[in-house]
Amino acid sequence: MFLIQCPWCGERAETEFSYGGEAGIVRPLEPDALSDAEWADYLFNRTNLRGAYKELWNHAQGCRRWFGVERDTVTYKIEGSYELPSGRAGKGA
Amino acid sequence: MQPNRLKQGGRIDRSRALSFRFNGKSYEGYTGDTLASALLANGVSLVSRSFKLHRPRGIVGAGAEEPNAILQIGRGASTLPTQRATQVELYDGLEARSTKGWPSLRFDIAAFNDLVSPLLAAGFYYKTFMRPQALWPWYERFIRAAAGFGLAPREPDPDRYEHRNAHCDVLIAGAGPAGLIAALVAARSGARVIIADEQNEFGGSLLSASQTIDAEPATAWIEATTAELDALDNVTMLTRSTVFGYYDHNFVAIVERCTDHIGEDVAGVRQRLWRVRAKQVVLAQGAFERPLVFCNNDRPGVMLASAVSCYIHRYAVCPGKRAVVFTNNDSAYRTAIDLRAAGASVVIIDSRAEGAGALADAARADGITMLPGHIVTDVSGRRHVSGVRVAQWNGDVTSTVQNTINIDCDLVAVSGGWSPAVHLHSQSGGKNAWSDDLHCFVPAEYAQANVSAGAGNGKWSLQDCLQDGLDAGIEVIARCGIEAADVTLPLAVEVASRPLEPLWRVPAATDPDRCPKQFVDFQIDTSVADIRLAVREGYRNVEHVKRYTALGFGTDQGKLGNINGMAILAECLGEDIASVGTTAFRPAYTPVTFGVGAAENVGDLFEPVRKTAIHASHEAAGAPFEVVGQWHRPWYFPQGDEDLHTSVARECLATRKSVGMMDASTLGKIDARGPDVVEFLRRIYTHDVGKMKVGRCAYGIMLGEDGMVMDDGVIARVAERQFYLTTTTGGAAPVLAWLERWLQTEWPELEVYLTSLTEHYATIVVAGPNSRRVLQDIGCNIDLERDSFAFMSVRDAELAGIAVTLFRVSFSGELAFEINIDSRNALKMWQLVADAGAKFDITPYGTETMHVLRAEKGFVIVGQDTDGSVTPVDLRLQWLLSKDKDFLGKRSLSRTDCVRSDRKQLVGLLSEDGKTVLPEGTQLVDDPGAAIPVPMCGHVTSSYYSACLGRPIAMALVATGHSRRDEIIFASLADGSAVPVRIVSPVFYDPEGERQND
Ligand SMILES: [Zn+2]
Repeated sequence: MFLIQCPWCGERAETEFSYGGEAGIVRPLEPDALSDAEWADYLFNRTNLRGAYKELWNHAQGCRRWFGVERDTVTYKIEGSYELPSGRAGKGA
Repeated sequence: MQPNRLKQGGRIDRSRALSFRFNGKSYEGYTGDTLASALLANGVSLVSRSFKLHRPRGIVGAGAEEPNAILQIGRGASTLPTQRATQVELYDGLEARSTKGWPSLRFDIAAFNDLVSPLLAAGFYYKTFMRPQALWPWYERFIRAAAGFGLAPREPDPDRYEHRNAHCDVLIAGAGPAGLIAALVAARSGARVIIADEQNEFGGSLLSASQTIDAEPATAWIEATTAELDALDNVTMLTRSTVFGYYDHNFVAIVERCTDHIGEDVAGVRQRLWRVRAKQVVLAQGAFERPLVFCNNDRPGVMLASAVSCYIHRYAVCPGKRAVVFTNNDSAYRTAIDLRAAGASVVIIDSRAEGAGALADAARADGITMLPGHIVTDVSGRRHVSGVRVAQWNGDVTSTVQNTINIDCDLVAVSGGWSPAVHLHSQSGGKNAWSDDLHCFVPAEYAQANVSAGAGNGKWSLQDCLQDGLDAGIEVIARCGIEAADVTLPLAVEVASRPLEPLWRVPAATDPDRCPKQFVDFQIDTSVADIRLAVREGYRNVEHVKRYTALGFGTDQGKLGNINGMAILAECLGEDIASVGTTAFRPAYTPVTFGVGAAENVGDLFEPVRKTAIHASHEAAGAPFEVVGQWHRPWYFPQGDEDLHTSVARECLATRKSVGMMDASTLGKIDARGPDVVEFLRRIYTHDVGKMKVGRCAYGIMLGEDGMVMDDGVIARVAERQFYLTTTTGGAAPVLAWLERWLQTEWPELEVYLTSLTEHYATIVVAGPNSRRVLQDIGCNIDLERDSFAFMSVRDAELAGIAVTLFRVSFSGELAFEINIDSRNALKMWQLVADAGAKFDITPYGTETMHVLRAEKGFVIVGQDTDGSVTPVDLRLQWLLSKDKDFLGKRSLSRTDCVRSDRKQLVGLLSEDGKTVLPEGTQLVDDPGAAIPVPMCGHVTSSYYSACLGRPIAMALVATGHSRRDEIIFASLADGSAVPVRIVSPVFYDPEGERQND
């Protein structure tokens, strides 16, 4: 069971969090301008890489904040957690 | 009484005799015995039958590696299967049974398997029983009965178990010399320490030996060390506690057996699961002695040398009188000396031409005969060893040999060297490397914050173990940022030894494919010939060979013979062991009971129960409850001896004719407000929330980005920048998380605040033509007539002076009001509604009637009529899709897959006979007479008997259903019959919607 650093609450057990998949998937601003293939790429395709991977986690049983985690998909070692770059909390803090 | 018990010695309490039963026969042992030591003391050597060949088997080891003495312990509901007799502490009245011999251990019908064993080679079951495939279930039944390792009790587990969470700086697995000294330095330094050992007392291998530390017996050092640890309050000492799982980020699981050693039906917690998060871990679980693989090496009486020493020293049991010790290394010479001291005659057969180092001199001084450069090739005796055949050997493993000597004996103590217990290291993700010097796998690369120490790290001598443990302790507390306290390295006596010479497979008089079986894995009956066969049949990868031969698949996970197996595989492949590698080690290290896994989470504590604020009234009314998510919702409200069907029919009719009331408090409720809330909700919902006027409600759906319907509910605009959203009962938490995700990750520029109100507000539905009059009779401060409070309006109001929010929405198709009220006033309001409605015969109804009423109107339930693959178009909800703006999932609705003409679409179904209520989930077919497999065209999603319509109704998803109105298709029932059904509109009742608008 992972030990995850919530940027607001500190280290907590994985059971307090929910997983949000790969970070940095940006929703296209004009979906209608995209071909089916381009839209499907946004919708379904993830890099699923081996090694350092940036992903989203939500402190669902805690502060309910979403944040980023960099985790090695081979060793499961977590390099660190970070507030989302443009997140409101980041902006206001 | 106990023929093999020594007159003195051992760590047993001879003043406390215990009686126990094995396979129905009574025996006696002492407090401090294990079941295995007590059986050996009583001269019981045959303890089980092997898995596949049903060969007689005896006790081989003294610990977790035991492959044969796998017994059923205890009686009735608290019995435990697959227990290793070597790790079961004896208690008075213990009852043990072997489970693999039928009808009795001495006469095993299936031992016939052994006579035909040339036919039962590796892969036999696969090859024989997989064709014809249809017969597999029959074969499987036979095989399972023949192969069972134990019986699960049929009764619920009467015992208590618990989980405990713990944190520490240093967790130490194993309290032998390395673990103890590591604990000592960490403890003295002030670190928070947990040290766990699977045995009943600390000391590990020192309990089974006669070594000295600082010129005193090693046991004195154990006592002093444990006493010091015990006195420190930063140390938690766990005996009878197996570290069985090493998971991510130093999360380690320990099972503590609290009362198993006392007996059954003992008060208190039987077993405790420790869930430990450790900053650092020291793995000091020691090493396993390896067997030697020769013909008939599985006969009862062939034991590991270290186990023999353990039984002599720790339990004062000498398992034989005439012993042969067969070894390829020096450590077994200690066993020979122990046996001699216990009064046995001993011959040492050493495969090495040079024999042993200094221990050989000690053995010679004791009058022990030694035959260096010899090997034991075969064993005589069937139910117990009666002798060995010995051959001279020149060290060539590929040759066959000539047996020249027969030695009569009743015990063969074998040692093929040692393998570190790298199980937890491997579980942690660490890698092992083959050591050409030590001839074993040793921990190499570490993946987590841990370090291995002692014999588990390839350190064989006691002095090296102490040094390694001390170093490990200093290392881990340094990593914790703690300064190391002073600990002096204790001194043990070093003996000059001669190195081990590998002997993975002992040559026989005939070639290895024809000689009597040479067992590698006793529990699974995997032999050398099986591994060779696997290679001949083309298997090369160790994991594939494992699956083909079942090597290491037993409950012991091959602790005894796996390394020999890998080495024999390497020999067959012409590769070295390092490149063959090991199979993966997985938790649990030794089997763990389901009871301790579940612990408190059973029965009433299995899942939290959520009750609405009105629950007490429903209970008093005698309503049965339906569990929806964690909510307990009233299902129906029976009067007298009504069953579900009659009660629901009455509730439906009463609601449609006069008025009904229902507790809808479990609906998810979210308050959404903020300067940007309109823009936010426009992006979330498919319709244009911006066009809603304050005081108005709308039915809204939200889609996933894949265009599939995700949730639905009512949206009420209660103020210019404030909305009240309802979700399905199950959607309450996921929808809130979904909304938060978009706000926080994608649209942080939108200022919107979301608050869950699900628990804060209760919802009472009053539905039916008389609902308005009921509310008026309660006393309402606003005009409820159609002109001032129209359908799909929302208004703050007072009922009998109590503040409520009234919604004029309808999930039944009737004139209806939903009273949203502070949960604290809900029970009172429920009563007020009931009282005011009495003169209209107001009828409370439950979830079942709600389902029937909504189905009569063709209203879908997300999650019942949809399954995550249904678009709004499939549901004929295109009128909800705004063309003027983007919303989540909109682009997906024009993907080629979503505009396929053969998509399953929502329709109504009427069974042609007007009687059959179709089971929900029933498959629909166009032609029941079509060739098997009959193509399916859809399935029933909702189905009820409608009392109002006097006939059954159903909703279904049917391919191209929207264009198949009035066609007849068939519902394929479980009994094989096919019921003709007509495709109709899903709106069965009041299609114009007049009633709800009233
Ligand atoms: Zn948090």
